[in-house]
Amino acid sequence: MSSDLAIRIRQNFAFLTAVSLFCVVYLLYHVAHPKGFSSAVLVQNGDEVFTLALVAMAQTVPVLAAGLDLSVGALMTMVGCFASYLLSGAPDGTALSLDLAGWRLGLGTLPGGVPGILIGILVCLAIGAFAGLINGVVVVYGRIQPIIATLATGAIFIGVALFLRPQPGGKIDDDLNWALTNSLGDFASTVHIFNDGAAPWFAPFAGVPTPFVLLALIVLLVWVPFSRTVTGRAIYAIGSAEGAAYMSGLDVNRARIAAFTLGGFFAGCGGLFLAIQTSSGNADIPQAGAYTLNSIASVVIGGTSLLGGSGGAIGSVFGAMILRVISFFFRIFDIAPLLQPLFEGIILLAAVSIGALRVLRVKNTLELFR
Amino acid sequence: MTVIPTNLMPSRDDRPIFIAALFIVAILTAGTAYTLQRFGSAPLLSPNYLLQQLQIGAFLGIVAAGMMIVILISQIDLSVPWTLTAAAMMATAVGGPWAIPIGLTVGLAVGAVNGLGVAYLRVPSMIFTLGVNAVMRGLMVAHTGGFAPDTAATGLMRTLAAEHVFGIPNALFVWLAVSAIVAVMLQRTVLGRSIYAIGNKEAAAYLAGVNTKGVIVVCFALCGLTSGLAGVLLAGYSQKAYQGMGDAYLLPAIAAVVIGGTNILGGRGRYLGTLVGVILIVLLNSVLSIMEMPEAGRQVIYGGVIILMLLVYGRSEQVTS
Amino acid sequence: MADAPQGDFLVLSQISKRYGGVRALENVDFRCRRGKIHAVLGENGAGKSTLIKIVAGAVQPDAGSITLDGRLRQFGAPAAATAAGVVCIFQELSLMPDLSVADNISIAAPPRRFGLIDARAQRRRAEALLAEVGCEDVNPLVRVRDLPLSRRQMVEIAKALGQKPQLLILDEATSALTSADVEKVYSLLARLKTENVAILYITHRMHEVEALADRASVFRNGRHIETFDKGARSTAEIVQLMIGRDIATQYPPKPKRERRPIAALKVDRLGWENSLESISLEVGGGEIVGLGGLDGQGQKTLLLALFGVLRGVTGAITVNGRAVRPGSPAQAKAGEIRIALVPEDRKTEGLMLPMSVSDNLTIASLGALSFGPFVDFSKEAGAVEAGVKRLRIKIAAKTDAVSTLSGGNQQKVVIAKWLMTEPRIILLNDPTRGIDVGTKQELYRLMRELADQGAAILFYSTDYDELIGCCDRVAIMYDGRIVRELAGGELNETNIVASSLNIEGEGTASAGRESAHV
Repeated sequence: MSSDLAIRIRQNFAFLTAVSLFCVVYLLYHVAHPKGFSSAVLVQNGDEVFTLALVAMAQTVPVLAAGLDLSVGALMTMVGCFASYLLSGAPDGTALSLDLAGWRLGLGTLPGGVPGILIGILVCLAIGAFAGLINGVVVVYGRIQPIIATLATGAIFIGVALFLRPQPGGKIDDDLNWALTNSLGDFASTVHIFNDGAAPWFAPFAGVPTPFVLLALIVLLVWVPFSRTVTGRAIYAIGSAEGAAYMSGLDVNRARIAAFTLGGFFAGCGGLFLAIQTSSGNADIPQAGAYTLNSIASVVIGGTSLLGGSGGAIGSVFGAMILRVISFFFRIFDIAPLLQPLFEGIILLAAVSIGALRVLRVKNTLELFR
Repeated sequence: MTVIPTNLMPSRDDRPIFIAALFIVAILTAGTAYTLQRFGSAPLLSPNYLLQQLQIGAFLGIVAAGMMIVILISQIDLSVPWTLTAAAMMATAVGGPWAIPIGLTVGLAVGAVNGLGVAYLRVPSMIFTLGVNAVMRGLMVAHTGGFAPDTAATGLMRTLAAEHVFGIPNALFVWLAVSAIVAVMLQRTVLGRSIYAIGNKEAAAYLAGVNTKGVIVVCFALCGLTSGLAGVLLAGYSQKAYQGMGDAYLLPAIAAVVIGGTNILGGRGRYLGTLVGVILIVLLNSVLSIMEMPEAGRQVIYGGVIILMLLVYGRSEQVTS
Repeated sequence: MADAPQGDFLVLSQISKRYGGVRALENVDFRCRRGKIHAVLGENGAGKSTLIKIVAGAVQPDAGSITLDGRLRQFGAPAAATAAGVVCIFQELSLMPDLSVADNISIAAPPRRFGLIDARAQRRRAEALLAEVGCEDVNPLVRVRDLPLSRRQMVEIAKALGQKPQLLILDEATSALTSADVEKVYSLLARLKTENVAILYITHRMHEVEALADRASVFRNGRHIETFDKGARSTAEIVQLMIGRDIATQYPPKPKRERRPIAALKVDRLGWENSLESISLEVGGGEIVGLGGLDGQGQKTLLLALFGVLRGVTGAITVNGRAVRPGSPAQAKAGEIRIALVPEDRKTEGLMLPMSVSDNLTIASLGALSFGPFVDFSKEAGAVEAGVKRLRIKIAAKTDAVSTLSGGNQQKVVIAKWLMTEPRIILLNDPTRGIDVGTKQELYRLMRELADQGAAILFYSTDYDELIGCCDRVAIMYDGRIVRELAGGELNETNIVASSLNIEGEGTASAGRESAHV
C-alpha cells in the first residue's frame, strides 16, 4: 500500500534528512577533493570516522531510553588503554600483572600470535560491555539519574585509564593495525585469505575500506538484530512512556541495564579501534570529553530525540559522519586552521537548531511542554 | 480516605545539606589523620590553608551558583567553559577600566543567546549550549591565533582575585556577594518563585500566567554572567587568560550542584546546598593532593564520592504508574 | 451475600493499603465471578483505583490476600498479573506514543521468528484485533501519538483483548469514546461474557451501570460498603451508599432575568485551524454560560483560544467593550482583561504537585503580593489563609506538598489560586471531573456566588445534569461550531443530546443511539 510507505517516510523524516544531508555533503567532498573517489581517501575517511560513529552509537542506546551517558568518551578511552596492553601480539605471549601501590598481582599470560590477539579483542569488548553494565546497575539499582551517574562513572573510567597509561604508550601488533585500518585487499593479504587478496572474484571489493566494512558489520550483526528483540523494543518503550511500559508488563530495569551495557559495548569497540589505529593507549581527558560531547551532537543530528522513544543508532552513525566530513571540508578548502573551530561550531549550532523550525509551526503552546 | 498527619521529618531539601556537611567533616578528619601520621602536622586545619582553598573554590563556587539556577529550571548550560574563557580573554584584551565590564557583558550576552535559543527555539538546552560552546571556542581560537593571549589582567582583576583584605581573600568576598544575591533571589523574589515553579511543571507555570520564556532567558543570562565573572577573576588570579581555562569547571560545577541536594531534573534545591557542595569538592581535591594521590586515583575517588553521596541522599522514586 | 465459593473467580480478602498518612484501602473483602459484569462504584478517593492497581499487580497491598481461580496469588509486577489472565484497560495509561499501533498491541509478547520480533505476523495480529473492536480503518503502522484520543482508547482495548483476559478490568475506559465506539465496547463485553470472562467495570456513570452491570459494588473511603445484584438498589440508594449520606444533588437557584446582562465577554466569529469555526458567543457579567456537546468538538480549544494559549486565532474577542487579543496566559490574566482558566488536567496543568499548597495558591498573583521584585511574605500568608478559608480547603499545613491533598481539595487549590487574581471572566475546563459529590456541590455554589458578584463564567462540562443545573444558558458545540444555544425551558437533556448529535428539533429516544459522525 502506498500509504504504508508514506507513513514510514513521515515517521523517519529526521533520519532520512540526516542521510540525505550526509550524501550531499560527502559527494561534494569527493567532487572537490583532488583525489576524490579514490580508495586512499575513502580509507582515510573510514579511519577517521569509525571511532566517533561507534561512540555515537554508544550514546544512542541510553538516549533512546530517555537517559544520557556522559561516560562514553571515558569508557572508550579506558578500553583503548586496556587494548594497548592486550593487543601487542608478541609472539611469545604477554605476561599480565597488576601493580598497585607496590604490590604485584600476577594475572597470567596472554598467548602469543593470532590467538592472543583474538583473546585480547574479546577481553576488551567484554570490558566495554562490563563498564556499560556498571553504568546500568548504578542508574537502575542506585536509582540515580543517568546524567549524574554517568558523570561520576566517567570519572572512574578515566581514572582507570590513567592508571593503565599515565603516559601514552603501549604497542599494538603491526599486522593488526595494518589489516584493520586499510582496505579489504590489505586485510585479506595480511590475514592470508582469498589468495592473499589477489583472487579475481575479490577484485571489486579489494578497494573497500575495512573500517566501513567493520562499521556495517557491527550495525548489521549487533544493532539491527538487537533493536528487533523484545528488550531492544522495550528500550524504545521506556523512552517513550516509562509508566506505560511498566504497566504493559515490560521489564523496565532489564531494558535500561541492557541499554547501558550495549552502549558500553559499542564504546568499547570504538576505543579498541582507536587504540589499534594509533597503535597506542592514550588516557587523554580532553579528547574523551570531546568524544562525549560530539557523540551527543551526532545523536541529535542523526534524528534521535533527546527525550527518548524515537530514532536509532544508524541515524547517529550518519550524524557522526556528517560531523567528521565537515571537518574534512576544511582540509580541502584550505580554510585557515584558526577559523576551523569557528565554522565547526556555527555548523553544529545551525544543525541542531534546524529542529527548531518545526517548533515555530506549533500553534498550541501547550504542546511545547512535554 | 482517612488522612493521618505525617510525622515531622527534617525537610527533604535539608537532608542533603546535613549529609554533605558531615562528609566535609569526614574528609577533613581523614585528611588530618593522614597528615598527622605522615608529616606530624595538621595543615588541613590551619585557617590560612583553609582560606587559600576557599579562595580557589570561589571560582568554582561562582560558576556553580549560575549553574544551579539553570538546573533548577530543568535545563543545563554546557557553554560554561568557553564563555568563561571568552570573558577572560576579552577582559584582558580590552584592559583598562573597561576590562571587567566587558568580561561580564560577554558572559551576559552569551547567556542571553542561550536563553533565547532554549526559550524561543525550544532547542534542548543540552545541545544548544553545546553548540554555543563550540562557537565561543571558535571565536576565541580565531581571535587569539590559538595561543594564550599575551595581554595581562588589569590591576583591579588581580586585586579582586588574588589580594586579601584583613587576611581574607577578596575572591571570597566576591563569592559571598554572589551567594547572597543568588540565595535571596531564589528564596525571596518573584523571580525565584517562578524559577521553582517552572522547574517543577513548566506547563502549570505557563498556564498560571508566569512569563516562562522571559524567566528562562534571565536564568541563562545569569548563568552566563557568573561564568563571565569567574573568567574575569580567574584571569586576575593567573595574571592572564589562557586556552582551555574553563574546561575544568564544567563537570565539577554540575557535581557540586547535585551533591548539594539540587535535583538534576529541576524544581528542588537550596542554594546553601550548592555552597556546601562546592566546599566539599574543593576540600576533597586538596586532601587528595596533599596525599599526593596521582590523577588516576583522584578521578576514581571523585566519581566514587559522587555516587556514594547520591546513594545516601535517597534515590529518585521508581516509576510505577 | 451467599455466593457459592466455586463460582468466584477473584476473591480479595482483607486487602489494605496505605500511602504515607492516607489509608487508601482498609480491610476490603471483594468477590467477582466469571461470565458476569461487575460494576465498581465510588467517588474519587474511595479506593477504586488502588484496588484495581493491586489486582493488576502494579501496587502491592500492605495486608490481605488475592485468590484467583481458587489459587492464592502474589503479583509483584503487572507482568505477573497478565500472565495469570488479569488484563486492565486504563484510560490510555499503557500505550507508548512513539511506537506504532502494531508494536503497542504486541508489546510484551510479540510473535517471534529466530528470536527476533516478526513484524509481519505482528501486523496481522494487530489487524485482526483491531477488526474485533471495529477499528479496521486504523493502519497498524501509525504511531499511537498520531491517533486521536478515541482511536487510542480503542487500540488500548484491542491490546487488552489480545492478552486473552480471564479477568478484564475496565477503569473509566469509555470516557474518551464516541457514542458509536461505546456501543462497540458494549457488544464486545457482551461477547466476552458468553466466553466466561469475568469483567470488572469501574465507572462514575449511572446509566452505564444500569445498561451493563449484573452486579455492583460500592466503595467509600477505602472500604467495601455493599455488593448487590442488578436492580436490587435504586439510583438514589446507590448514590447514598457512595457518599454516605442522603444528598440529592442540589443546584443553587438561578436568578430570573428580564433582559440579557451586558456582555462582559463577547466572541465574534472566532476561528482557529481546523478546530474552531466562526464561534460567536456572549457571556454577560453575572451569567453562567455552559459549553456542551460531545467530547472533542472544540470546547476545550475554545477556552484555550480565549486564554491566549493558541496562536493564529482569527476573529474578535471583546472584553467589557474593548477589543483584546491575549497572546499568552500572562496577558490574559493581566489587569485590563482579567480572564482566569481552570485547566483540564489539574495534575499536569493546574498544579505544581511537589510544591507547597501555599506556593501553588499564590503563583498566579505574585504581582499583587510583592513589593518590587520581592515577595511580601506577610501579604502572602494573609492571602493564603483567606484562600484556604474561602474554599474550605482541607489541609494539614500550608507547607505540605499539594500532591498529598485529595482530588477535590487539589481542585479547590486551583480555583482558589485563580480567585486570588480577582478575575472578571472565569473559564472552567471540566472542573468537576473526578471530584467527589460533596466538593462538587461546593463548587456549584461557589460558581453562582461568583456570578452574583459580577463575574462572567464560561463553563465546559461533560455532565448534562451539571449543565442544566448550573447554567443560565448552554451553547452546544459540534465540529468546532456552536450549533445551538439553549436557555430557559429549552434547557433540558433531550435538547442537549439532540444538539450534541447535530439533529434538528426535539429528538426521539432512538436519536440518542445513532452513531454520530465525529
